[in-house]
Amino acid sequence: MSDSSMTNNSFEPRIVAFFCNWCTYTAADLAGTSRMTYAPNARVVRLMCSGRLDPQFVLAALREGADGVLIGGCHPGDCHYQEGNYKALRRYKLLKMLLRKMGIDDKRVRLEWISASEGDRVQAVMNEIVEDIRKLGPLHLESWKYQGNLAAAQELSDAIKGVAYV
Amino acid sequence: MAMIKITIDGHPIEVEEGSYVLDAAKKLGIEIPTLCHYPHMVPYAACRICSVEARDGKGWTKIVTSCNYPAWDGLEISTDTPRVLNARRMNLEMLLSRCAPIPVLQKLARQLGIEKPRWGLGEDTCILCGMCVRVCDEVVGAHALEFSERGIFRKVATPFEEESGDCILCGACAKVCPTGHIVMEDIEQREIIHDEITLGPNAAISIPTRQAVPNVPVINTEYCIHFNTGGCKVCSMVCPKDCINYEDTEQYEDIKVGTIILATGFNAFDPSPLKQYGYGRYSNIITAEEFEMMNNASGPTGGKILLANNKEPHAVGIIHCVGSRDTNAHPYCSRVCCMYSLKLAHLIKERTEAEVYNFYIDMRTPGKGYEEFYERLSNEKVHFVRGRVAEVTDWAMTPEEEDRLVIRVEDTLIGMVRRIPVDMVVLSIGLEPHKDAEEVRRLFNISCSSDGWFLERHPKLGPVSTFTDGIFIAGACQGPKDIPDTVAQAGAAAAEAMVLVDKGVVELEPNTAYLTEEFCSGCKTCIPLCPFSALSFNVEKKISAINEALCKGCGTCVAACPSGALQQNLFDDEQIYEEIKGVLNYV
Repeated sequence: MSDSSMTNNSFEPRIVAFFCNWCTYTAADLAGTSRMTYAPNARVVRLMCSGRLDPQFVLAALREGADGVLIGGCHPGDCHYQEGNYKALRRYKLLKMLLRKMGIDDKRVRLEWISASEGDRVQAVMNEIVEDIRKLGPLHLESWKYQGNLAAAQELSDAIKGVAYV
Repeated sequence: MAMIKITIDGHPIEVEEGSYVLDAAKKLGIEIPTLCHYPHMVPYAACRICSVEARDGKGWTKIVTSCNYPAWDGLEISTDTPRVLNARRMNLEMLLSRCAPIPVLQKLARQLGIEKPRWGLGEDTCILCGMCVRVCDEVVGAHALEFSERGIFRKVATPFEEESGDCILCGACAKVCPTGHIVMEDIEQREIIHDEITLGPNAAISIPTRQAVPNVPVINTEYCIHFNTGGCKVCSMVCPKDCINYEDTEQYEDIKVGTIILATGFNAFDPSPLKQYGYGRYSNIITAEEFEMMNNASGPTGGKILLANNKEPHAVGIIHCVGSRDTNAHPYCSRVCCMYSLKLAHLIKERTEAEVYNFYIDMRTPGKGYEEFYERLSNEKVHFVRGRVAEVTDWAMTPEEEDRLVIRVEDTLIGMVRRIPVDMVVLSIGLEPHKDAEEVRRLFNISCSSDGWFLERHPKLGPVSTFTDGIFIAGACQGPKDIPDTVAQAGAAAAEAMVLVDKGVVELEPNTAYLTEEFCSGCKTCIPLCPFSALSFNVEKKISAINEALCKGCGTCVAACPSGALQQNLFDDEQIYEEIKGVLNYV
């Protein structure tokens, strides 16, 4: 993490976005080809389906220095794989509980349904989450005084994987 | 049945024993007038106009009614002896004394040479032939009509002369009534112009649309008398080939195919919600589709462009963008309306003397020869007014506007608001997705754009493909387009489908899940997660097993595997962790 992102006034959040290949990634593509401008703070990791999102990916992203995580999937009922987004929703709800327990503001992780045609929605959501996280400030996890929580988090995230399939 | 020989007016004919004389005469082409005969009902001999003279050749002779007199061997019939004509005249005079003004009786009176009936002229219109009563009983089976009272008070009525609940509103009684005594009436006041303007005939049995494939009639069970009362079946009686099958029903057939092309088309916009255009409120405001029906040479007006009062219009207004480029309806441009509006303007100019006004927002004529057509229309003295129409009203402010439609519009080229009186308004309605496009979309697991049109895989690189392999789209279901574009896209979709058919094999996804058997603990977490049933439990090894041909590569199972035994090709856990590190490793 560079120094420029540490100070609040010129803080540029780092966001990792996990987008599903069929809806949200395509929507981001559409936003690009439609020349929509939006905050450049997010880096997109393409997954085939939001159902592929292991909650550990989110925790890993936060551990590696991300200030926020955006998850994008197809609208309910529209999943290319029929129901992967429902699985993602269940894991997301449990993950939010876990984050709150760890003392991380759960606004840092956000799940959005964005269909392939909603390029404007990608633009809006990207801008919103960047603004939200700019207000929250940097997560600054590696120098956190509750460093010990991270190990606990790893254990917990292993635990929630077992629950996530229900 | 035994065949017997009879003679009618000297012509011998062989008929079945017991068949009626009238039918035999018809076979010979001898016309006998009748007022109460209908081929599919039991003869009733009420009018007695069909009287003929019967002889046995030995001196016996008698006047009989031919419609219900059965033929017997050696019967001789005369249909035009003075005695027969006298009998007919007598009967007709008695009918005229009851109901003189009926055209069919007047015509018969002229034929039989009755100048002045002896017993005066009555004013009634019912000759008590009983056609209505019998058709309701015998054919329709509704039993809603009956004779009531006796003698000179006899009349046709519903029970207790009240509105009958048994009446199914079929109109058969009005249809068979020879005098026009029974008429069908709209009880609720409605103003309909050119009510025949529909896309197909509206009888209970009809060919669904012109150019239907296959081109055969179907029965609408909602309106068919047989399906309402169990009676009628007239269609099967008249069909010479015995094609009518009342048992036939809609059938669903399972057809196994490798690829599917969706070409479900569009729905024409219904302008009724846009009240400012007055559609459905005023006469002579029609949609472009209805105009096309009227313009059709086999249409209700025989291809003539007529107003509701059957006169030719002096001025016609064509309003563009009805339902298109309108945030209250559809925000998009429907693409075809400018060109078809120009075509309609041209047709009106060609067929009438009317002035034609086009009210447009922008004239969108992109295409080969399209702009030239627009130029041609300008030279044909069609008026072009740039501006969205505010309203169509019948409120006249000048004598010139009396009894006409007035289009209020801001003419943005001359910078003023105008009132243009016209006689007919044609609404250039836009295109919209089918109401059930959403269901179709779900069925095939494809996407729709925000307007509801089916979404292609890529606007440039995959214009006929969808996100589901083997499903292609063509035509207006993908978005508004004209016929040349539709044909081009259909060709492309067919070619894409042929590629898959020709190849005969399907390539698997490269990103399927795979199992490292040594790590699998057999917890079965993954098995219920797979929507494609690619995962199963290997009872022998007590671990999961994966069928890679069924796996579509979503990775949901991989994300849930607690031991890391399941991984996804191209999307390994390790790869994603490194990717996360990579995307965060920037300054």
